[in-house]
Amino acid sequence: MLLESAEIEAVLLSLRVAVTATTASLPVAVAVAWCLARLRFPGRALLDAVVHMPLVMPPVVIGYLLLVVLGTRGPVGGWLYETFGLRLIFTTEGAAVAAAVMGFPLMVRAIRQALEAVDPGLEFAARTLGAGRFDVFRSVTLPLMLPGILAGAIVAFAAALGEFGATITFVGNVDGETRTLPLAIYTATQSPDGDAVAARLVTISFALALGGLVLAEAVSLRVRRLLGAA
Amino acid sequence: MIEVRLRLRRGAFDLDVAFASEGRLVALFGRSGAGKTTIVQAIAGAARPDAGLVRVDGTVLLDTTGGIDVPVERRGIGVVFQDARLFPHMTVAGNLRFGLDRARGRSLGIGFDAVVDLLGIGRLLDRRPHALSGGERQRVALGRALLAQPRLLLMDEPLAALDGARKAEILPYVERLRDELAVPIVYVSHALEEVVRLATDVVLLAEGRVLAAGPLATVLSGADLAPIVGGLDIGTVLDCTVVRARDAHGLATLRFADGDLRVPALDLADGARVRARIPARDVALALSRPMDVSIANRLPGAVGAVVPVGDAMAKVAVDLGSTRLWALVTREAVERLALAPGVRVWAMVKAVALDGRSFGLSRPG
Repeated sequence: MLLESAEIEAVLLSLRVAVTATTASLPVAVAVAWCLARLRFPGRALLDAVVHMPLVMPPVVIGYLLLVVLGTRGPVGGWLYETFGLRLIFTTEGAAVAAAVMGFPLMVRAIRQALEAVDPGLEFAARTLGAGRFDVFRSVTLPLMLPGILAGAIVAFAAALGEFGATITFVGNVDGETRTLPLAIYTATQSPDGDAVAARLVTISFALALGGLVLAEAVSLRVRRLLGAA
Repeated sequence: MIEVRLRLRRGAFDLDVAFASEGRLVALFGRSGAGKTTIVQAIAGAARPDAGLVRVDGTVLLDTTGGIDVPVERRGIGVVFQDARLFPHMTVAGNLRFGLDRARGRSLGIGFDAVVDLLGIGRLLDRRPHALSGGERQRVALGRALLAQPRLLLMDEPLAALDGARKAEILPYVERLRDELAVPIVYVSHALEEVVRLATDVVLLAEGRVLAAGPLATVLSGADLAPIVGGLDIGTVLDCTVVRARDAHGLATLRFADGDLRVPALDLADGARVRARIPARDVALALSRPMDVSIANRLPGAVGAVVPVGDAMAKVAVDLGSTRLWALVTREAVERLALAPGVRVWAMVKAVALDGRSFGLSRPG
């Protein structure tokens, strides 16, 4: 199967967007999951609701909200543009932001579940052995959460590869900048002679998903073995 | 020297305890709900009492009136939990080094190799906790706590999750720690055999209060342990030396301050020091020297006290020189024999009543 350069570009762009979205949001997701699981503070329920918003709202609505807030005339987007010259709309960075926001609840849920499964007794044992709170997190909590963090990252990565609604609404469908796989498929289906292109891209999507799944299973098995659970 | 004073109220539970001990191993002895766990948590720093003081060898770790509450990680209290709590993502060696790397300048001179040697865990170092038996896990947990160079070792029912054979496997190691290291140990238990075997001092706890505290033989001898062990259980604790571990009849001879005891043969060397607990219900009394009875141990003495127990029974203290031996008899027998302070009696102890579980090795030499 031969691919045209535009199609290869869409695949590579998708991977880049997904990798950027996942790696950038991972530390934030760990921090948010920790706050939600371990802290009791006013506004916790609100934070929980905000985090889950992309899961329960139409992606187009999220894309629109992102446009309002992060567009060059939005409160945050305007500041970013004026201070750093960073423009998100119609750019790959913007596509990554859209993918990150959409995948964020999935990531937080997986990580939070893993965190809640960590035995607080082990953390207390670490403290009696002289470890301060951050040390306990770094040397005990985090390693024990690793399977959940991996699972969260994989799910979010997969979601980022498939993100469509928020992306097209927020950053448009710019060839080479924001036209990821799903957008390329959509574009192909919109043109009269695009059926063959669409079929090829769909096949690639399928292969990517399958490959990711197998890889994820292998990694998580290895980590579980390392933790002595398997 | 460890000093603990705690007051705490949580709903219906009310704890008010105070004790101090210079013993090498002080046992907190009580049934569940007596407040043992709360005391452990307060000493370790996991729970803050309404008012209290915790001081170990002069270092104040908690003093609510002085506003001192040293955080857990700075207390230097090595805790051995009932469920071991080894870190599953580390090897045994990694677990052992965890505390050693975080000793915060404290040093007891307890080195890695010495601990590995003391606990016999050398061949486990590369294993992961899930590949260990329950007894091995507990030994590693002990080593990990020790290597953090603690001021105090707090053992919270460390044997409760183990079966009989595993318990027997761990006990000698606890004895070695008690006898060979300079770390005081607080040992929490609801098992009388463990306490008799291990403790130098004991704090009896029931319903959030201290019933008695002090050296083991003093506290346990004659004390009614019903609030702790559930049923009626009175006994006498004697420190003995093995005169002969096994004779032609398969019996051992133990010598205590005021006489000898014959018991089923022990797996010990001659000259070893053991502690025996003689249940009061296994001691019978006679007014004259019993000749034609099967009972092996016949000890002459004088009644020191008669204390009623419940409706039908009485505990009778028999003074054998400096030793006070307790017998549990019916009140009917007290009347029939006219037992009263000063009356000369013979105390009879069945040899078979004292099996291996009644004994604990005490400090050598």
